[in-house]
This record gives sequence, structure tokens and C-alpha cells, in this order.
Amino acid sequence: MKILAFAEQRNGQFKKTAFETVAAAASLGGEVTALVIGGTAAAIAPQLGGYGAANVIAAEDPAVELYSATAYAKIIAETAEAAGADVVLLPASAMGKDVAPRVAVKLQAGLAADCTALTAAGGVLTASRPVYGGKGVVDVVVTTPRKVFTLRPNVFTAGAPSGAAASVERRAVSLQPSDLSSAVKEVKQSGGKKDVSEADVVVSGGRGLKGPEHFAMLEELAGLLGGAVGASRAVVDSGWRPHDEQVGQTGKTVSPSLYIAVGISGAVQHLAGMSSSKYIVAVNKDKDAPIFSVADYGIAGDAFEVLPAVTAEVKKLLGK
Amino acid sequence: MKIAVFVNHVPDTEAKVKAGADGRSIDPAGVNFMLNPYDEFAVEEALRTRQALGGEVVVVSLGGDANKETLRKALAMGADKAVLLKDASARDSFGVASALADFAKEYGAEIIFGGKQSIDYEGAQVGGMVAELLGWPSVSVVVKMEIKDGTVIAEREIEGGHEIVHATLPAVVLAQKGLNEPRYPSLKGIMDAKRKPIEEKTPAPVEARVQVTALRNPPAKPPGKIVGTDASAAAELVRLLHEEAKVI
Repeated sequence: MKILAFAEQRNGQFKKTAFETVAAAASLGGEVTALVIGGTAAAIAPQLGGYGAANVIAAEDPAVELYSATAYAKIIAETAEAAGADVVLLPASAMGKDVAPRVAVKLQAGLAADCTALTAAGGVLTASRPVYGGKGVVDVVVTTPRKVFTLRPNVFTAGAPSGAAASVERRAVSLQPSDLSSAVKEVKQSGGKKDVSEADVVVSGGRGLKGPEHFAMLEELAGLLGGAVGASRAVVDSGWRPHDEQVGQTGKTVSPSLYIAVGISGAVQHLAGMSSSKYIVAVNKDKDAPIFSVADYGIAGDAFEVLPAVTAEVKKLLGK
Repeated sequence: MKIAVFVNHVPDTEAKVKAGADGRSIDPAGVNFMLNPYDEFAVEEALRTRQALGGEVVVVSLGGDANKETLRKALAMGADKAVLLKDASARDSFGVASALADFAKEYGAEIIFGGKQSIDYEGAQVGGMVAELLGWPSVSVVVKMEIKDGTVIAEREIEGGHEIVHATLPAVVLAQKGLNEPRYPSLKGIMDAKRKPIEEKTPAPVEARVQVTALRNPPAKPPGKIVGTDASAAAELVRLLHEEAKVI
């Protein structure tokens, strides 16, 4: 089996999902080629050897430093053809989810999106993916000769890199103006804060916090744990927090190692976005709140008393 | 401008998910269906585009007769026409995209709106596939847009920020929450929608590329540990997170 793994980079740095995607490809067994696209792709390409890529193709061109759905799809599909790849893996990130459907059509391949498991048994690849807001899981088999999968971030673990080296091949990109008919012109960062969908720890707040000023407590704890602050739909709709922090349906889907829900009752729409987190902690006054049904640990108490105490304990533990 | 909007008819968010007799798809008994929430933003943006640039809005849905309810809702919001691509079989994303792309070509669509994903299968595949099949650019997860000199200038959400994307028309635009505030259908809109015809077409068959082999409920989580009911439980909670879960 030959696998092409798309390794996402932004600003000359790999996203964590790049390592996850390459490592997932390596775990399937077979020959793994990784692809990096960007203005200076070759400079970072060797890092992927440590995660199991035998070869890395660096498609370098200033025109593709920023993402373009049309150009990236063309490069990924052409590289897959040239490498004779049977399987193409991409992250189910904003970029991967956007480009994968195009890649699949170009390769006449079926696509299974946002997979949380991918197993190879007896020559058959079976993907599992959550559906209906996490209330169901489907097993999916792609029936075309070539197959495309996108992998949910934070679910496939990359582990520590080995010392293995990869051979890096710089490949020229030849694009027509029409290949750039959809192109990113500018990226606006939201103040350097960590994104909920990428953070390993998310501390989310809901209505129970009673007002936007009380999110400072969450920011402090999230800061200590190197995490991000998330929000329920109710508080985003009330204008307490920006939409890019919203977790759940009509917001973002997150799978951090630790999700702390504070003053969030746990409506199905919220659970849809966070139930695949590895550990869930709930702090809520109402002991019957649905959030406790998915929580691993809970404190059925007043967030205004409990959270500062938790923060103090974390400080003690971290020696801060 | 000829504006097409793809709308999907999906189980509502409160629906209980249970596999039907085939073990692969949802048992529809007792499940309420509705217009996919993200598609509401798409319909609204289409109506605003019509208001700004003139033209007509056609809403299209693929499925069985039940989808007419969702088409009528879009008509009630103000769409001019509705088309049902009648096929009650469970097509995969490519099968749906093929039918929609064929329709867009035949209709002569100049811009297509859709939601960023449907809330049933959540694959976020169809819009991008339609664009690729038509050879058009596309922008997904759009929270802001304008059309200027034949180009869609859109802002899309990414991790930790936004991208400003330029896409030349014709193009596919896939809406995220925040793009607009969808209008409620007026009483007159609802009455008018009842009278508007829904055109039915039979889409060409397409071979499936993906097969669902099983639908199951995720394993039930064992009941969590209630560590306490006040601040005195904080130390124990942090200890568990550190020693048992090993996440701090």
C-alpha cells in the first residue's frame, strides 16, 4: 500500500496535525510519502522523517505560500498520481476539510471525512467517524481503487519523533492563473490566542458564569494549563465571548486531552462538539445537568467557589 | 443573477439516534426533520445577494417527498423556485454532489450557496465536490462576504483566525454561523410558499464510492465520578487529573 500524507504547514511551521497525519499513515503499514506545500516547504520537510515518512515532497512556490483550494487540490492530486498512492490522508482541519473533497473528485476516489479511527485488516481499510453530533458512529469503507480520508485533529497521536531521516525532493509547481481562482489573500490572526480546536486543554464557560467579566477565572486556569478558553452557544449568542471560541454544533468540534466545562448544562448541541474529548470535567451547581452524563469527573458545586480553588490547586501542583 | 441554494433535510438536533433494520442508517421513527441549520444561513445570503444584484433564487434538495417540507421553508423565507431531485436512496456525498452539479449546469447557476456541512453525516464534502465537478472555485466556513467586480471576497474561519479569500465567479460559497441572521418566514411568505409549485426531477444514477457498513451508538461512558459538591473537592479533583487521568 502506498500512502500520501498531506502535512499542513502555516508560516513555515508544521501544524500538529501534520505529524498526526504522517504517523497515522505509517501506522497503517506501507510506503509513506509526505507532501508539504508552501513558499519554503523544503526547509521544514526533513522533520517528517521522524514520524515515519520515507520520502517528503516539498512543493515550493511563492504563489502557494498562502492556501488556495484550487491550487492545493491540483498539487495534492498530481502528487498522489505521480507517487502511485492508493490512499491519501489529510487532516480534518479547516484546510484539510476544504481541500479534500476536491482532491477526491480529481482522483475519482471516495472520501471518508473526519475519521476518528482507521484500521487496516485483511487488505481492507475501515474508517470510523462520528455522525449526528456524536450521537452515532458509522463504519465506512471506501470502495474506489484510490481512497481519501481526513482525520480528526488530536485523535491520532503522533508520539515522539524517531531519529529517522526522510529523503526530501523539491518539486516545482506549475500553475495557471485559473488554478488560483480561489486564493487566500490575507490571514487575520485572532491575537495569538490558542484555538479551541487545537488546544490540548480547553476550559469552557457557559451561562452559569453569569457575565462576561467572570471569564477571567477561566482564562487564568486555561493559561496555567497551556490551554484555550471555549464557550457555549448561549454565551456567544449573548455576546459575552467571540464566535471563534464556540464549542458545539454551529461552533467548533474539539478533542482535547482535557475539557473542563464550567457552568455549562450540556445541551446536545454542546455535547456534539466536545464529547470526543479524552477526559471531561464538569463543574455545575445542578447535579442533574446533562453535562455530568459525559463527564469523567465532576464537582456539583458553585463555579465561583470551586474554580478558584481548582486554580489554586493547579498552581500548587505546578509549583507556580 | 441566477442563484442556486442547496438545502438538506436533516434530523433535528434533539433526535434520538438508533440504527434501523439495515443496521446502517438511522431509524426515522419518531424523528423530526428540519432544514439543516447551516443551510438557513445559505438561503438568507442568497436572498440578500438577490436583493443587492437582482436575479432569482432557486432552492434545490435531493431526497424523497419529505424534503418538500424543507423546500417550502426556504420558499417561505423568500426563494423564488424550488426543485426536488427525487431520489430517496441513501446516496453518498459524491452521489449527491453529482446530482447537484448536473442541476447547476442545466440551470445555468452563477453562484451556489450551501451550508458548511449538514448536521447528519457532517462530512462537509458536498459543496467542495460540486465546485470541483463544475471546475469552479469555492470558499467554505464563510462568516462574511461581498461580491465585487465578479469576485467573491469572503472571510472564512480557520484555527486561531480568519482567512480572506478571493474567489472568482461563478463560485460555491458555504456558510458558517455568523454570516448573517436568517429571517423568519412571514405569514404571507408561508401562505405564498404553499401555492408555489415544487418542480421534480430525476437525477442520473451514480455509482457509490463510499459504503457505510454499520451505524452504532458510541459506547456508553461509565458514570463519571462526582468528586464533591464544593471547593473542598478541588484538591482531590486535581490529584485525579494528575495521577489517574495524567492530563495535568
